[in-house]
Amino acid sequence: MIPELGHIALIIAFCLAIALTFLPMWGAARRNVSAMNVAPTLAVSVTLFVAIAFSLLTTSFLRDDFSVAVVAANSNSLLPPIFKFSAVWGNHEGSLLLWVLILSGWMSAVAFFSRGLPLIMVARVLSVMGFVAVGFLAFSLLTSNPFERLLPSTPLDGNDLNPLLQDPGLIIHPPLLYMGYVGLSVPFAFAIAALLGGRLDASWARWSRPWTNVAWGFLSLGIMLGSWWAYYELGWGGWWFWDPVENASFMPWLMGTALVHSLAVTEKRGVFRSWTVLLAIFAFSLSLLGTFLVRSGVLTSVHAFAADPERGLFILIFLALVVGGSLLLYAMRAPSVASRVFYTAISRESLLMVNNLAFTVATIVVLLGTLFPLVMDAFSLGKYSVGPPYFNAVFVPLMALVMPFMTVGPLSRWREDTVGRWLHELMVPGLAVVLLAALLGIFGDRDFNVWIALAVLLSGWVSLGVLRDFWRRVASGDGRMRWHRVSPSFLGMTAAHLGFAVVVLGAVVVTQLNEERDLRMAVGDVEELGGYRFELLEIGQSQGPNYAADFAVFEVTDAGQRIALLAPEKRRYFASGQVMTEAAIDASFWRDVYIALGEPIGDDAWAVRLQYKPMVRWLWLGGLMIGLGSLITVFDRRYRTQSARSESSAVGAVGFAG
Amino acid sequence: MQARRFTPLLAFGLLTGLLYKGLSIDPTALPAARLGQPFPPFTQRELISGAELTEQALLPGPALVNVWATWCYSCRVEHPFLLQLAERGVPIFGLNYKDDSSKALDWLAQLGDPYRLNIFDADGLVGLDLGVYGAPETYVIDEKGQIVHRHVGVLDARVFARDFQRWFPTGLTTNRLSLGGEER
Amino acid sequence: MNVGRIISFLILLALLPAAAWAVIETYRFSSPELEARYHSLSQELRCPKCQNQNIADSNAPIARDLRVVLHEQLEAGATDEDILAFMVARYGEFVRYRPGVDRNTALLWASPALLLLAGAFGLVWHFKVRQASAPHPLTARERDELERLMAHSNKESSH
Repeated sequence: MIPELGHIALIIAFCLAIALTFLPMWGAARRNVSAMNVAPTLAVSVTLFVAIAFSLLTTSFLRDDFSVAVVAANSNSLLPPIFKFSAVWGNHEGSLLLWVLILSGWMSAVAFFSRGLPLIMVARVLSVMGFVAVGFLAFSLLTSNPFERLLPSTPLDGNDLNPLLQDPGLIIHPPLLYMGYVGLSVPFAFAIAALLGGRLDASWARWSRPWTNVAWGFLSLGIMLGSWWAYYELGWGGWWFWDPVENASFMPWLMGTALVHSLAVTEKRGVFRSWTVLLAIFAFSLSLLGTFLVRSGVLTSVHAFAADPERGLFILIFLALVVGGSLLLYAMRAPSVASRVFYTAISRESLLMVNNLAFTVATIVVLLGTLFPLVMDAFSLGKYSVGPPYFNAVFVPLMALVMPFMTVGPLSRWREDTVGRWLHELMVPGLAVVLLAALLGIFGDRDFNVWIALAVLLSGWVSLGVLRDFWRRVASGDGRMRWHRVSPSFLGMTAAHLGFAVVVLGAVVVTQLNEERDLRMAVGDVEELGGYRFELLEIGQSQGPNYAADFAVFEVTDAGQRIALLAPEKRRYFASGQVMTEAAIDASFWRDVYIALGEPIGDDAWAVRLQYKPMVRWLWLGGLMIGLGSLITVFDRRYRTQSARSESSAVGAVGFAG
Repeated sequence: MQARRFTPLLAFGLLTGLLYKGLSIDPTALPAARLGQPFPPFTQRELISGAELTEQALLPGPALVNVWATWCYSCRVEHPFLLQLAERGVPIFGLNYKDDSSKALDWLAQLGDPYRLNIFDADGLVGLDLGVYGAPETYVIDEKGQIVHRHVGVLDARVFARDFQRWFPTGLTTNRLSLGGEER
Repeated sequence: MNVGRIISFLILLALLPAAAWAVIETYRFSSPELEARYHSLSQELRCPKCQNQNIADSNAPIARDLRVVLHEQLEAGATDEDILAFMVARYGEFVRYRPGVDRNTALLWASPALLLLAGAFGLVWHFKVRQASAPHPLTARERDELERLMAHSNKESSH
């Protein structure tokens, strides 16, 4: 009965979403206030019914109702309850429902927080989001019904959740990632609403900016968690693979990065208006494209869901409708007159243009690399693979190119600045980092590594510049700190830029100085790596709730001092018979020690992989700073009083400058 | 309205076309790199006789070279069809790939032997030179000994009629041959 | 749920272990330099029969075979180019994660530079042509004065 109720709730949500798509849009066209007024109510009702459907599916999982196809395929009676819960989205059907749940959650949030906005804007925004919801609800109901039953041949037990996904990381990674992915639909909807209204002034930029920052922040956190999860769960110690599925989430992030910066210019200065609209459309389009790539099977990936061309066709048609429609609207309605606002090549505007250029090129390059094998195949030009060596070779220089500008951007003036002032501001940090990089070469305890020196140079340049800018704002002549001058958005920007520098440094150091050895070890054997001594103390067997494991215990010592006892495992899951490596990691700020167990060699020895990974934590620490930094900008006072005021001041800025 | 503003739409249209085409492409299908080249030279033992074999033994074509092994479940599925082909005069050479010779001999004794000769490739070196990545695979070599076609997976009547018949017109007469190996 | 769906689930399950357990092999190398080349090459070569995995990470039998060959060839003194040519001859361009430059891939390799150049050109054009035709700015003094007034009035309206 429960699955049927869930199905009905989903159908009701679908009908409500249809009403949400058409009624307020019609009202906006006819200036019918009561038709526009229903938009927030409808949005909240859609959320309510999707939430009901989602909790009913969760109930089926928790109750081990194996008559439900997804439960039978992705759960098992032995599965620990917390994983029964996360198994809800560890599969195509359930994750799609999560997608819709999060989309409707964003819809309700917009309905709630946008009460101060003009009604017509709210009506259009919610109606555009309603249309996206219609598409995904139809997708779920027609091709991927999560409530499908296996009657009458109900299996006695389920197939189990893929062991790779039986991990706390999976409980939070997909929801966070989807928060970001789907959250980009909000700036998208605002952009479309602005195009429809024909008033593409700076006010829509102000309205959609906090939403964009939050969505982009969640996307950053989601990607970061995904990387962390892959690192400890896959057992290879890798943290980024440039797999099509990773790229699918990375492309909206890259485009979103450009959007976050471009929105700043449009809001503050009223320029780049049609460009920003285009970026908003692109960012969400890339989210949809990612959904298509992950679920259609057109590209081979380690992570992809079961491929199904029928589902692929459905998303493709929807993608064509949404993106094609938006771009057509853009072509017809985007302001064709360039904004008559003055700024010179030496200004904050121009530096933000450099940011946009670099991140747009990065997005296109990742897109091109991801789709290249498909292009070649489609034109029968042969089978090619484009993998990490290509992406690293083209992506790393692009990021290196953008970093010098990251320091100059935040401290330069809008409209017009001078090179002299830049030099005056940045001389000290500039000299300091050059000195630092040089000292590292001279006094470092390792051989001089040019890549690390470059990374220190660039990351140091960014961090010192950012910190100096921060200091300049806070410190005053009389030695008192003027903390009130640190607005959440300034703090957020500082944290995010610092985070970027931290990620870059961590990535380069761990790539360059990583040490890894595959060894044969028996009890009592001692090996050395990265200055640590590894002794294999014990080999044994243990039993988990739904698996049996071989384990080994290692003592890691540094100069006679015990650092850690590490026990990597090799698990065999009962239900599926799958074997999984469970690496043991001693994590710390400066380095990780990583041990994975391979296969037994002979009677008493095992193949063991020892890894020493310096500064690998910095990757996720930096990611955390980027994500949280972006999230806190939303607490800025300007956004809290999001109302008529924003409109007048934006118009004022444009009027003044023009 | 400017024509320039239609550029994103146009680009997206191309992308959509590409993705649509992509839906009907199997990204895992991998054409043989050796197509159009002579069969790679080798010197291996014949499975049953133990005599020394080289690539010259496969001549003159056209002939099939079937990669099989006793550990390969699908090979058992396609075996009856190979017997039918052999009966109809299609020359089939076996490449016994990474297998155990006594198990392979048992298999042939029990299930029948459709092969003219069997290259015993215990360590998979011939397979590697050929670009084999699993069993079963079936190659066509033409009269000059060049590789002209490869099929990955179970060979059955449908696949044979579609891809192989032009080299082996006698291999298939529609009604008399059982369609037992067919999937649907 | 039809049979086809069930089978596709089973196939999926059958494929997954390949992604789940780490490949750890204990080859012996005559020099650390060879070992380093082994690691980098095994990560650049794609397993022909896997779901987008390199041969270093894949448990598929074919990946294991290719690792053996890679190790043997390195120890026999083959250059990176020899080894790549050997692999491409047998499994096609597909096995290279770093596509070689040929007629088809030239654009792929050149695209980042071309895009950047085009963008940089666009920026220069923007400032030379478009901004040159923008309305003439106020003088620095006028601007400072106006900005001060603006900031003042903005502050007023926000309180």
